[in-house]
Amino acid sequence: MIEFKNLKKHFGDKVVLNDVSHVMETGKANLIIGSSGSGKTVLQKCLVGLFEPNEGEIIYDGVSFTEMNTDARKELRQQIGMLFQGSALFDSMTVEQNIMFPLDMFGKGSFSQKLKRVNEVLERVNLKDVNKKFPAELSGGMKKRVGIARAVVLNPKFLFCDEPNSGLDPQTSLVIDQLILDLTREFNMTTVINTHDMNSVMEIGENILYLYLGKKEWSGNKKDIIFSKNERLNEFIFASEFLQDAKDMRMLEAKGKISNDRDMDELLKGDKLD
Amino acid sequence: MLFNHFGRYLLMLKGMFTRPENMRMYWKELMHQCVEIGIGSLGIVIIISVFMGAVSAVQTSYQLVSPLIPATTIAQIVRDTVILEFAPTVVCIVLAGVVGSKIASELGNMRVSEQIDALEIMGINTKSYLIMPKIAACLITIPMLVVLSMVLGIVGGRLAGAATHILSTDTFDMGLLMNFVPYNVFFALVKAYTFAFIISTIPSYYGYYVKGGALEIGRSSTKSVVVSCIMILFADYILAALLLNK
Repeated sequence: MIEFKNLKKHFGDKVVLNDVSHVMETGKANLIIGSSGSGKTVLQKCLVGLFEPNEGEIIYDGVSFTEMNTDARKELRQQIGMLFQGSALFDSMTVEQNIMFPLDMFGKGSFSQKLKRVNEVLERVNLKDVNKKFPAELSGGMKKRVGIARAVVLNPKFLFCDEPNSGLDPQTSLVIDQLILDLTREFNMTTVINTHDMNSVMEIGENILYLYLGKKEWSGNKKDIIFSKNERLNEFIFASEFLQDAKDMRMLEAKGKISNDRDMDELLKGDKLD
Repeated sequence: MLFNHFGRYLLMLKGMFTRPENMRMYWKELMHQCVEIGIGSLGIVIIISVFMGAVSAVQTSYQLVSPLIPATTIAQIVRDTVILEFAPTVVCIVLAGVVGSKIASELGNMRVSEQIDALEIMGINTKSYLIMPKIAACLITIPMLVVLSMVLGIVGGRLAGAATHILSTDTFDMGLLMNFVPYNVFFALVKAYTFAFIISTIPSYYGYYVKGGALEIGRSSTKSVVVSCIMILFADYILAALLLNK
């Protein structure tokens, strides 16, 4: 579990995070959503220690991260995996070397044991025959999978994903989302995902934090979103007419008012059902 | 602004000195950098050294018009200019371009593509893992390249002297051994170590702290080479004033 209390971060006069508090739960996909410039990435970078918050506290499983010294942070970071927006694979290394890197740096065991582990995680992310390929030879989706494989190779307790679906087609996005969710449950990790992909929100959003201009505007899960009356959240999530219709449909479904195909047709035509 | 850069540069150097996470990986990286920097620059060093020596032999002979000056003087001048200035300074200025731009662009690319952040998240001291091996590799290989350049420069002068019939190889060899001052080699090595430090740390600083995209990587790479060259020339003057002033 990751808890953060009253986080504040500013760059010069520009306040990026303003008094943000939330709890990221273990074994769940915790989503941070918000429009561009709302502070999602800064919040995630504060959580992993790439930025120091100006005020507030971050607590990992009951231990204050903000008060840890450098050595303690280094220890903790070995339990953190991160998938970056651009995958951040090492260009000069093959897929196998990329995934083996954390094992070489921190793991014990022989080369064959490490190679076995590399193949295990590659199989887990559904990648085959890519061991000797370089990142430049992979597609966007494959790079993300390799990034995930590298992030989970040391069995981390905490997984951070920064916009895992950026630049991917909707189908591949769903596959990546499902993979992250499966791994989260399988290894009981605390997974924190930055996204503004609404498919992800509706598919895997078990604990959602919505940021608006650096402030916590709303929190809940994917079901709560449908019924939320928060105007800013609704404007953000259901920005298009199509999504607004989908929301209406879900609400009516939930209220039991769509009982047959005729009602559905009327709704799709734009007629409002009472 | 200048003090801000200098302060961050010193903090970067200070930040490198931590206990390595895994000594074997650091050693592997050091060897990799030695190959990249040392072997990678070998070709250009061989070419410029031979031609530098050859040109200095021809030009020295052109300027020595008096028949009272013995031909062996040409060999002495070639030897001393190559050892004192050409091999350490000119080669290091060329290496500032070759190695410096490579270091700055490599680190800059790692910074903007979040590879440095990825290493930080893994719990690795990136200053220590990425910069220290580059500095150590430069300190190991660049003095070796300078010594090689001294030898090849003199060989180039000898070959050019014989090829253009300025002086025979025997005369050149005789002149080479006359009034040789071993301290000059020591001075050249002091310069080589100083310049190696400049060539590795300044581009590392510019590459490590780059912000933006591909354009900024290019800019920081160019800036690092320019600043390194200026610092090499400045250090060259300081060292000459300190160590050669009688």
